Amino acid sequence: MTTEAKEFEPEVVAFCCRHCAYSAADLAGGGRMTYPCAIKIVEMPCTGRANVLEILHAMENGADGVAVAGCLPGTCHYIKGNTHARQRVDHVSELLTKIGLEEMRVRMIHISAAMGAQFVAEVTNFVETIKDLGPSPLSRDTGNARVAPGSEHAGSKP
Amino acid sequence: MIVAEQKPLDEIKTMLEGCKKVLAVGCGTCVTVCFAGGRREVGILSASLRMSTDLDGEAIAVEETTVQRQCEEEYIAPLEADLEEYDAVLSLGCGVGVQSLARQFPGKRILPALNTKFMGFPSEHGVWEERCQGCGNCVLHITGGVCPVSRCPKQLFNGPCGGSQDGICEVDPGTECAWHTICTNQLELGLFEEMMKVQPAKDWSTSRDGGHRRIVREDIRLPEIEKA
Ligand code: SF4
Ligand code: SF4
Repeated sequence: MTTEAKEFEPEVVAFCCRHCAYSAADLAGGGRMTYPCAIKIVEMPCTGRANVLEILHAMENGADGVAVAGCLPGTCHYIKGNTHARQRVDHVSELLTKIGLEEMRVRMIHISAAMGAQFVAEVTNFVETIKDLGPSPLSRDTGNARVAPGSEHAGSKP
Repeated sequence: MIVAEQKPLDEIKTMLEGCKKVLAVGCGTCVTVCFAGGRREVGILSASLRMSTDLDGEAIAVEETTVQRQCEEEYIAPLEADLEEYDAVLSLGCGVGVQSLARQFPGKRILPALNTKFMGFPSEHGVWEERCQGCGNCVLHITGGVCPVSRCPKQLFNGPCGGSQDGICEVDPGTECAWHTICTNQLELGLFEEMMKVQPAKDWSTSRDGGHRRIVREDIRLPEIEKA
């Protein structure tokens, strides 16, 4: 690894389910374990809430990587939220390739609330992968407005 | 509903070559329900285009809006106010939506982001199947509620071909034989005898073969004076 690459401090967004990964991060903190400060945790009620658009927006807004961390397979508190999340993460991986970014910049992680040490290991491993990839080649601020000014009176609805 | 799917990103990028600022317009009706051109898909495509063109070094500013229905004038007319600032409009509506925009805004480049596929329904979450070709003379009353025009690749009208195998169509092993289902349904309805009646050759002039189609309803058409 070059000196330059070592200096690179990535920004990694982690969408964490409150029932598992978020609690595991808490547990890690409580146990005085450290994980890379590159990880920016966004708490979610369930990873089933994470959608393709949010992951893309995180990438577009300067994240070097995005992790979606949900419960172990088969243990989702809402039955299938983590399964849907994995499908979406796989879809985003494909999209990233088409866009021109490395597919490894997005990753699904499965973890339980009791796995504080594993949380640390998983996110550290992901941050290492992102460090190896280097910074996202996207301009940090493209200055693009997302919603057209006329959208409201054009009948835009949620 | 009308079922569509997004064109490949590269094809859309080729269409947009030379553009600096583009408005992506979604449609809140059929293509929202089939996850091809609703507000979220507009967001995903727009973000993908912004990122991809940024990486190419020719960043295009892609802005977003979604209207309730692109195929009706009153929903798209308000777009006009801001249209001047865009080099092109990228429509995520079906072909009808694209053409409605093109008719409404002559002189503005309106580009299709979707391939409109068929009229159909979701047979399961994430799977859509064709159900009607708009042949203009529906025969579902004599075919047990199963359309032989859109669901039998040979468009047969008098029973299955020799390739029907255990209810599966010979043309595509993943598709049930429409005529097998028609016969099963008619049997269940106690209408199998109906199947014995020979259907005459279908008059395709009500379908695409008759040229461009149009419906005029004088009972609801606005009188000339009101149009003005
Ligand atoms: S018979 Fe014609 S109108 Fe009826 S469902 Fe089939 S294609 Fe549509
Ligand atoms: S197998 Fe059935 S659906 Fe397929 S072409 Fe023959 S009659 Fe039509």
